[in-house]
Amino acid sequence: MSVLDKRGARPGHPAPGTTSGEQAGSGSRDDRTTAPERGRSSGRGRFPLLLNAASVVLGVGIWWAFAAAGFKLPTPPEVVDRAGTLIGDGTLADDALASLTRVLIGFGLGTAVAIPVGFLMGWYGIARGLIEPWIQFFRTIPPLAIIPLAVVAMGIDETPKIFVIFLAAFLACVISTFQGVVDVDRTMINAARVLGAKDATIFARVVVPASTPFILVGMRVGLGSAWATLVAAELIAAQEGLGYRMQNAQLYYDLPTIFVGLISIGILGLLMDRVLLLAERKLTGWQERR
Amino acid sequence: MTSKPAKISVQGVTKTFALGRDTFTALDDVSIDIADNEFVTVVGPSGCGKSTLMNILAGLETPTRGRALVDGAPVHGPGPERGVIFQQYALFPWLTVRQNVEFGLRTTKVPKGERRSRAEHFIELVGLERFADALPKTLSGGMRQRCAIARAYAVNPSILLMDEPFGALDALTRVKLQEQLLETWSRDKRTVLFITHDVDEAVFLANRVIVMAARPGRVYDVIEVDPAIERNEEFRLSPEFAALRNRVWHSVYHQEGRTAAPSATHAATS
Repeated sequence: MSVLDKRGARPGHPAPGTTSGEQAGSGSRDDRTTAPERGRSSGRGRFPLLLNAASVVLGVGIWWAFAAAGFKLPTPPEVVDRAGTLIGDGTLADDALASLTRVLIGFGLGTAVAIPVGFLMGWYGIARGLIEPWIQFFRTIPPLAIIPLAVVAMGIDETPKIFVIFLAAFLACVISTFQGVVDVDRTMINAARVLGAKDATIFARVVVPASTPFILVGMRVGLGSAWATLVAAELIAAQEGLGYRMQNAQLYYDLPTIFVGLISIGILGLLMDRVLLLAERKLTGWQERR
Repeated sequence: MTSKPAKISVQGVTKTFALGRDTFTALDDVSIDIADNEFVTVVGPSGCGKSTLMNILAGLETPTRGRALVDGAPVHGPGPERGVIFQQYALFPWLTVRQNVEFGLRTTKVPKGERRSRAEHFIELVGLERFADALPKTLSGGMRQRCAIARAYAVNPSILLMDEPFGALDALTRVKLQEQLLETWSRDKRTVLFITHDVDEAVFLANRVIVMAARPGRVYDVIEVDPAIERNEEFRLSPEFAALRNRVWHSVYHQEGRTAAPSATHAATS
């Protein structure tokens, strides 16, 4: 008996003896093959872009108004001015590079480990039984709460920072990869089997492509977590980085620098998310949209 | 009776499933023989085990008792001589029509050139040549099922097992596909076991209609349909068809007397 047969025994599998005619409604047909997807169904023409731009202008206007009304906020020109200075002396580029390196290494390692682990968990009941409790346990601990331990155990160089980011990305991605593998339509696996596919082929040519949408969603969530963890990770005796720069600016009530840091993090995060979204569209364009 | 052995032989097959503390008997001592190139339909109420029967023949499930033979050999797992067509099409959505049809040819290591031409041939056979490079999401339900039929045919199985293949389609498309299936079949004969819950469909397609009863699933009645009759609209509207249809209908919907067999473990099915 192959592992596939064991998988078939899990609860949630349609009750034996139920004829497939009872699931005849075409609406329910492809539910499981359509992985989560967001914000792609509505076409983005020129008009929404215009609305986006108007919204940004309005937001900046409101910010400016608040700053002018005496709230403790820097005005947009002050922030732009500071950004100019920080770009001019290379500080911003250095900080962004330092932060990006940390995020990319942590996120890269996190997903590189999460995807095989997720597949193992989804495919082999034994692996699932052994690994799942740890994942579920660590998932309830915010990665930031690991920082004290990481510092004591790993010192104050790059390792604990990257480790915390790694953990955040890994936990987000592993769950959705696992879910993707578990949710692969059994009929699809049966179809491959009756066409002569053995386990290895089914895995490579059915399970992997079928779970790709889930993996990519997991990567996007993982990337979000990685960014979210960055600033806090840079509190650990960093010498440079966007989080460090903001932390430092806080000591001097240097609000414009804090704003430059925030906006930089936002823009970089957005750019990386767009790259993943592009990959998602390229790789999972076969999905039915509803 | 000829001495020719049956293409498919189901011998005393019983299949029970554990259902909580109860056991559910999906099939109870079912025996069926199907000759080479025969077109057999199986019709019955839900829970009569017709899908289980097909899964056993496909090699996706094993009988609890009894045995299923194909060409005289017991079924162990899926095999290339048995093509299966599922109700939910089960196309691989990330592959084009052509790649779907080639899937089974790749797993059975057919060389690339032959793969191409064979896929081409069967895509043409089901009339999808204009959509060979389309993804399944762009196809209608009927076209998807035609693609699935081409995919099953491409591996060149001597047996086609079809589990309510047209069940999810609208009535018009269904009639069209029935005729196309028969046309494909008459040009390129295979042994077909076709499962359906539609009495008209069962009568129209079959050389022989097997009516099953539920709880436990068993063969209730067998109705022969003269294979010499040409399957066309004329037949569909003929009094012969109506008579056959009546007979099958009564068998399916009025299974009085035997439905409450004492040996039945009447576990809830839903």
